[in-house]
Amino acid sequence: MSFRQGRVDVEIEKKRTDDAPAGKDHPNTCPGCGSHYREDELVKSLRVCPQCGHHFPVRARERIEQLADQGTFDEEDADLRSADPLGFFDLRPYTERLAEAEMATGLGDAIVCGRAAIEGEACRLAVMDFAFMGGSMGSVVGEKFARACESAAAAGVPLVSVTASGGARMQEGILALMQLPKTICAIEELHEGGGSLFSVLTHPTTGGVLASYASLGDVVLAEPGALMSFAGPRVVAQTTREKLPDDFGLAESNYRFGHLDAIVSRRDLRPTLSRLLRLFGKHA
Amino acid sequence: MPSEAEIRLRERLSKLGGMKLLRGTKLSGELERLQDQLDRLREEPSAEEIWRSVELARHQDRPYTLDYVARILDDFFELHGDRGRADDPALVTGLGRLAGRTVVLVGHQKGRDLKERTKRNFGMAYPEGYRKAMRAMALANRHGFPLVTMVDTPGAYPGVAAEQHGQGGAIARSQAEMARLSVPTVACIIGEGGSGGAIAIAVADRVLMQENAIYSVISPEGCAAILWRDAGEARKAAAAFKPDAAHCLELGVIDAIVPEPEGGAHTDPDEAARMLQESIVAALEEVESLDPGKRRAKRRAKYRLIGTLVSA
Repeated sequence: MSFRQGRVDVEIEKKRTDDAPAGKDHPNTCPGCGSHYREDELVKSLRVCPQCGHHFPVRARERIEQLADQGTFDEEDADLRSADPLGFFDLRPYTERLAEAEMATGLGDAIVCGRAAIEGEACRLAVMDFAFMGGSMGSVVGEKFARACESAAAAGVPLVSVTASGGARMQEGILALMQLPKTICAIEELHEGGGSLFSVLTHPTTGGVLASYASLGDVVLAEPGALMSFAGPRVVAQTTREKLPDDFGLAESNYRFGHLDAIVSRRDLRPTLSRLLRLFGKHA
Repeated sequence: MPSEAEIRLRERLSKLGGMKLLRGTKLSGELERLQDQLDRLREEPSAEEIWRSVELARHQDRPYTLDYVARILDDFFELHGDRGRADDPALVTGLGRLAGRTVVLVGHQKGRDLKERTKRNFGMAYPEGYRKAMRAMALANRHGFPLVTMVDTPGAYPGVAAEQHGQGGAIARSQAEMARLSVPTVACIIGEGGSGGAIAIAVADRVLMQENAIYSVISPEGCAAILWRDAGEARKAAAAFKPDAAHCLELGVIDAIVPEPEGGAHTDPDEAARMLQESIVAALEEVESLDPGKRRAKRRAKYRLIGTLVSA
């Protein structure tokens, strides 16, 4: 009897989750306070919950709209696409995953780069999109970031990087790991030419992106509540069987330990970046 | 104008990868050596051969960094501590003499028995280890000593304290330090080249890899757990992401494969050390004659070009 009872419970629970997409899991429902918003309300509030301040994820194009002066963004290197160097096939071929991600996101890969101005200050923007294969960094992300460094150096303007990434893209194998030194070498060249990099870490910035260009800004900022850890909480918990602190890997913890210059609320991000652009500017 | 042989090699390299490889600058100067290496490779390694490399790279008797140091370097003097917080035993640094010159050595260190394995944290460094490495790199640069690194780690340690002490940032800064060095640098993958923990000390003028070592973006088990949702599918994962030396050479990630004694380095550590020493000295001699600024520019250009792309 008791066995049967248990089975019924499971079925009810399953049914409840299937039927309730408008509950906690809905993308426009705040996981912090449970408030639900219409899409236009969220866009207007920069996807910050007006009730509790929770920062919802922002896609790359919307982020650029939030940060750049209207009409100033001019995309560069939009034509680059990933090849499939290993002929990678897990449960599905990598090429299929790429095509699907492009269809779903309208993006060629997990980063959008280009020229822009923020409150009148010229810069280059390199903005990641977590929706494209978890914002993973493969050859295209590495190449586009490196080109953004070169474009910024050539124009003598700072580069503003906004990251959201699960880490290196496994489907490109060792070539994905090589994007760490690639982006780092590009930053070295930018810095040697007197250029500057401002790095904004958004939720989540983990693995290979944290272990490369996201950590190397002249100024490193993060949004409130952003997870920024080299190893994810699940991996750490499984490997070490340690009890994780509640704020494990979060921006607040990283700030306390000295890995961040500031935690900046999304509403303050544009004015903060424009201040930095003026401070680092070469004009008298 | 590229020579006919070079064109053939380029074709072969790109055919092996099946697409346009984003490189080319590196081949001309090292044509003969690459040709040698490619001739030895014959065919693509099979899934079984790749898994054999994974097993040999992790073999419990495989020589570790300090086993090679004892055989390759004279008068080794170990340097301890990151001058901030701690001395990380998972990563060793020091000075020694190699074929008539003083070099700085940086390498991961695993333990042989249970006690030493625990002490060395299975070769998984904390940020303190990478900061110690950076201190040794800066020292090398200050005194004009070439830098030799030995990579043998499952990965950087994924722990609460490691994160709190800035694991990601330390790995990033260690790579940046290596990109800045004016002195000649040679990195050797001698066992497991595990992800960020490996590349942190492997940004070098010449990257060597032992025949049975592996170099990968994630462990086969980690990859299997994520993409197959089953860590038991590690063999399939390894066959898919190809962490073996032959593939790393084809993809332009390493510059040369260092042969091992028949059956693997552990069957004859002295001979393995002799072969490794020969390759390190040859690699150093290739880059020592270059002007320091030019050498550094070439190092950066090499990494700048790694990757595969298409234009939509």
